[in-house]
Amino acid sequence: MNMIKVEDKLFQNRYRVDEGKPHIAIKNPALCRECSDKPCTTACPAACYLAEDGGSVTTSFDGCLECGTCRIICQDMSNIDWSYPRGGYGILYKFG
Amino acid sequence: MAEKFDAIVVGAGPSGNAAAYTLAKGGLSVLQIERGEYAGSKNVQGAILYADAVEKIIPDFRDDCPLERHIIEQRLWMLDDRSYMGTHYRSEDFNEEKPNRYTIIRAQYDKWFSKKVKEAGALVICETTVTDLLKDDKGRVIGVRTDREEGDIFADVVVLCDGVNSLLAQRAGFHAELKPEHVALAVKEMHFLPKDVIDARFNLKDEEGVVIEVAGTVTGGMVGTAFIYTNKDSLAVGIGCLVSDFKKTGQTPYSLLEKFKNHPSVKPLLEGSEVKEYAAHLIPEGGYKAIPKIWGDGWMICGDAGQFVNALHREGSNMALTTGRIAAETIIDLKKAGQPLSDANLAMYRARLNDTFVIKDLKKYKDLPEVLHENPQFFSTYPGILSKAAALWFRVDGIDKITKEKEMVQAFTKGRGIRGLLGDAWKMARAWR
Repeated sequence: MNMIKVEDKLFQNRYRVDEGKPHIAIKNPALCRECSDKPCTTACPAACYLAEDGGSVTTSFDGCLECGTCRIICQDMSNIDWSYPRGGYGILYKFG
Repeated sequence: MAEKFDAIVVGAGPSGNAAAYTLAKGGLSVLQIERGEYAGSKNVQGAILYADAVEKIIPDFRDDCPLERHIIEQRLWMLDDRSYMGTHYRSEDFNEEKPNRYTIIRAQYDKWFSKKVKEAGALVICETTVTDLLKDDKGRVIGVRTDREEGDIFADVVVLCDGVNSLLAQRAGFHAELKPEHVALAVKEMHFLPKDVIDARFNLKDEEGVVIEVAGTVTGGMVGTAFIYTNKDSLAVGIGCLVSDFKKTGQTPYSLLEKFKNHPSVKPLLEGSEVKEYAAHLIPEGGYKAIPKIWGDGWMICGDAGQFVNALHREGSNMALTTGRIAAETIIDLKKAGQPLSDANLAMYRARLNDTFVIKDLKKYKDLPEVLHENPQFFSTYPGILSKAAALWFRVDGIDKITKEKEMVQAFTKGRGIRGLLGDAWKMARAWR
């Protein structure tokens, strides 16, 4: 099967990144180590969350599509501080 | 910016544009705030536009609205890994003077509507995120806080059209966080192809369009659907499943989309296309029971923020337009009567919605989200059984028809069991009432 990687998908999109000001943050990184499933690392459609060896989760929100899935899926832990980017920043859909 | 408006509308999607347009046409001073670079730059939809809901706001919208194709054929496909079984409905009657459904590209459509809002007299500011609602000491909403400098703005009423996440109402304590089983995550790609290629592949001419809705094993046992919509020179290809199921199964949305695109029944339709965008969005699918309180002292909620989506019929934008329009009409009527925009008076908004298709339809299917959520066999077991039955029926191989019929019945009873089959029929019938 010809599977196109998520990085290549995101490459098609237009973004205005708010450098150094991510609009999402993990509240307590230690809590992620206790989370067995780490659903954010699979459900995020932009693969913003990466499960590292050793149980931690690293993040990069430059490709974020601002859908809100991570916040909702992390409800048990409630460990994601989620806001929209500053006005004008973030994903800029050409077609939507 | 210590200005005060009659109304502030947060968001420039279908509900926000409908509300702002109607309010401005009604002679009120309106400020509409959009966080994107332009109206539409944050918005995602399949997208199908239902003419009726737009006509009730802009009767002659067809004159200049950027429409892609009017839909003359609806295909429903049940997929297993190697086959599909489908019903197609195509009618020349859909080639009418004023077609009923169109495919649209949301970024273009929202921009068009936003222009109408401005022409109607509303002040529209983009690139501004509303971060909080402002309340007085009695808890009444009196305005919004934005991320601009000195960004507090005041109004008699704030109409929250801020989309499915509905963060502002959550932060203000008006309703709780969305439940994972009440919301679907959909991902979508825009595939570009020459118009004549799309016409040939989908049996179309001129402005005719086809939409394909798909259920089956392509969602990997999760509750969800996929779709292919024809635009003029592009195809919108997407798939969405409940967030609770993504959580449970650990499947990734992008691999699901790739699996769908590579399905033997889908791949030839997309062959040679150029992908120009990848989008993701949540769809509120909790239905009637998930609708929060949508009004209070100085505030109202419209569209996706109020969970107004009929998941079964893939209707949402029409509900957004209708709730936005009726919220605005309620404000206008109260203002004309000199009544305050209080919790008690704004209850009229919900009462009016109760008399429309919005609440009537959602109420009709109030049990369906639970039934589907708790019975994933509708999306996993049945497609395989149906495919097996069809394969038996159509293959001519010297086996007599009575034997074939027995095998078909066996496929159902083995796959799901008599009790399971009866139970499923009963559950669906009840949910359908």
